[in-house]
Amino acid sequence: MNVSTGPRPRPARSVFCRPHRPFLRGLPFLAAAAVALLISPLAGYAQEGAPAASPAEAPAQSPAAAPAEVPKADAAADPSVLKIRILMAREIREDRLPPLSLLDIPPPDDGVAGAKLAIADNNTTGRFLKQEFALDIVQSASPDELVAEVKKRVDEGIAYVVADASAETLLALADALKDKDAVIFNASEPDEPLREEQCRINIKHTAPSRSMLADALGQYMAWKQWRKWLLVVGPTPEDKAYAEAIRRTAKRFGHKIVEEREFKYDPGSRRSDGGFEQIQQQIPGFMQGAPEHDVVVVADEGELFGDYFPYRTWQARPVIGTAGLFATTWHPAVELWGGTQFQNRFKRLAGRQMRPLDYNVWMAVRSVGEAATRRKTADPKDLIAYMRSPEFELAAFKGQKLTYRAWNGQLRQPILIATAKIHVTVSPQPGFLHQFTELDTLGVDQPETKCTAFKK
Amino acid sequence: MTRQRKGLVFALAASALAFTTSNALAYKVFVSNEKENTISVIDSETLQVVHTIKTGNRPRGIILANEGKWVIVCASDDHKMQVFDTKTFEYVKDLPSGPDPELPILHTSGNPLYVSNEDDNLVTVVDVFKGTIITDVPVGVEPEGMGMSPDGKVLVNTSETTNMAHFIDAHTYKNIDNVLVDNRPRVAEFSSDGKQVWVSAEIGGTVTVIDAETRKVIGKVNFEIQGITKDAIQPVGVRITKDGKKAFVALGPANRVAVVDTATLKVEKYLLVGQRVWNLGFTPDEKLLFTTNGTSNDVSVIDVESLKVTKSIKVGRYPWGVVVAP
Repeated sequence: MNVSTGPRPRPARSVFCRPHRPFLRGLPFLAAAAVALLISPLAGYAQEGAPAASPAEAPAQSPAAAPAEVPKADAAADPSVLKIRILMAREIREDRLPPLSLLDIPPPDDGVAGAKLAIADNNTTGRFLKQEFALDIVQSASPDELVAEVKKRVDEGIAYVVADASAETLLALADALKDKDAVIFNASEPDEPLREEQCRINIKHTAPSRSMLADALGQYMAWKQWRKWLLVVGPTPEDKAYAEAIRRTAKRFGHKIVEEREFKYDPGSRRSDGGFEQIQQQIPGFMQGAPEHDVVVVADEGELFGDYFPYRTWQARPVIGTAGLFATTWHPAVELWGGTQFQNRFKRLAGRQMRPLDYNVWMAVRSVGEAATRRKTADPKDLIAYMRSPEFELAAFKGQKLTYRAWNGQLRQPILIATAKIHVTVSPQPGFLHQFTELDTLGVDQPETKCTAFKK
Repeated sequence: MTRQRKGLVFALAASALAFTTSNALAYKVFVSNEKENTISVIDSETLQVVHTIKTGNRPRGIILANEGKWVIVCASDDHKMQVFDTKTFEYVKDLPSGPDPELPILHTSGNPLYVSNEDDNLVTVVDVFKGTIITDVPVGVEPEGMGMSPDGKVLVNTSETTNMAHFIDAHTYKNIDNVLVDNRPRVAEFSSDGKQVWVSAEIGGTVTVIDAETRKVIGKVNFEIQGITKDAIQPVGVRITKDGKKAFVALGPANRVAVVDTATLKVEKYLLVGQRVWNLGFTPDEKLLFTTNGTSNDVSVIDVESLKVTKSIKVGRYPWGVVVAP
């Protein structure tokens, strides 16, 4: 990434149209440069396909080394500039199989690019307020190693950890940081118990829970009056958890699950030549003899078979759930509520489209930025308390303010209902009313929560 | 001259008089239709659409220039502005801007023009007669609202994701000050005495009133509508009457325009208009206020004296901005 810090050259100008300029031309301040430099080592090894980078490489990104890497020092040299570091912790899941479609293979910087954009956005505001944000990254395939490294960084003074990690690792992280002035943002894990029985006061969730995703879909099905569901459940624990969320939604909004079928087929090697011939036979066969239904709901979080269902079912029925029509926090085609500029900024920065994980991480990093903007301090105690207060609100291209639920730290947010190509609608749907906010018609609401950690 | 002929002359004179009178009262209302790539022209007397101008892609912010002879509209997706003649509706020329221009404002002297480029964190300063760019002013993320002090000294720009009103010296283009406002600020409007700047916050759901001299926040307008959730109250357009007594605030998906007493900052009345009301434009005599209602594809007409919504006029798809020419 080429960052110019000197006076900006005047480009040749046409009266009729000016070309788009590179992203950083409009940000002639330095923290963005710092981010780019801090990130570059990661991009290097991520591309080499060696995801389990050892934390031993990480000290190059440590806070002590940072000022030397900032090319121009007008911010770094000024002691009145508040410096706020944010740590992204990535658990590399090597056991994950590649998705069915080549289009769905995650980029190496999935999530990280969202953090970079949020740091840049925070710094644009920060330059007016003398605040400077920077990003550190640690990643490991070993949860123990990851937790130890994060703890070390927190001991060195980082207070904000954005995690792309499993529920178990998140809990281990939360417990390791329990006596520290630090907060963890869960940006990827939809696990329900993590927000309920197992909830921790030092975890906030920008990722939606499974029940929020299922409710968002279920509300739209109610609006469509597509009430009879045939549920197909995959073999993994995550698939079963998603199916459980679907059952809860069906009950809550008056849908009927006419039958459940477990899909046990082992897809084997994805790379074997051909294979569509068998799938074309297999899916209709599997779906034969089902009772009357309006839609097929597929529960396949690992994306092992769900995308084989649309256009292959026995009866001509739409597919929803984890494939077909799905619920998501973000979609690369969304242009609602000023989303166009947001998508453009991201594309210029990352050279690819924004994925839901990028968006969830962006919201986490922007939450810290928003708190620092409003409180005008870098004091973690103050900022963490503010993010827990009812005054906190986040603008995140969803057409309304987003806030954290006071009873379990879950971010309330409108959920997009989309196909692979474009969004179809946004939930909550009209008519689903709530005494406080319609956003609480999605997911587990306060009266039903099993989370007690937030009770004073 | 026979008696008959005298009568005829009188009748002709009377009808000519009537014709000129009605002409003098009729303003032209220009409404940019974001999704239709057109400007609807409404006659303020008959309240009918009298003409439709074809524009570039995604017309949004719209203002008058060249002593009312031009209407300038941002063709956001074409990354330029376009100039049309307010009398003939003919295309005059293009003006340059940065990427994704959204809202222009003219210096009180008539030149230059300042335009916010939503996709570039810059405000571009343009000479409207020469058609050249004078300079760019770096501001926050997603620059949007533009306000100009009546004395022509200060420009206020809001940035939607930075949540600030940037005060900029209109001549040196230096950033004077930055005032934090609530989330996603949209429109900045000076009071006619230049003493206050009103900034709407779409997601924050408030209007912040800033003292233009000290640049301190001196008050906030809050809105509450029975039967409408707080989330749906999203202030965008703000217009203050010349006498400084009343402010009108468009509340987006709450489908209402709030009438605010500027002395108390309390809402006097909510006027039900079309859906997703965004921008507002007075007639020069301030008798009528036009609102752009994005989702319902219409413009509501508010009678300013009686505070009644008197008519809705069908325009193009997703009306965005509105300006009224004498």
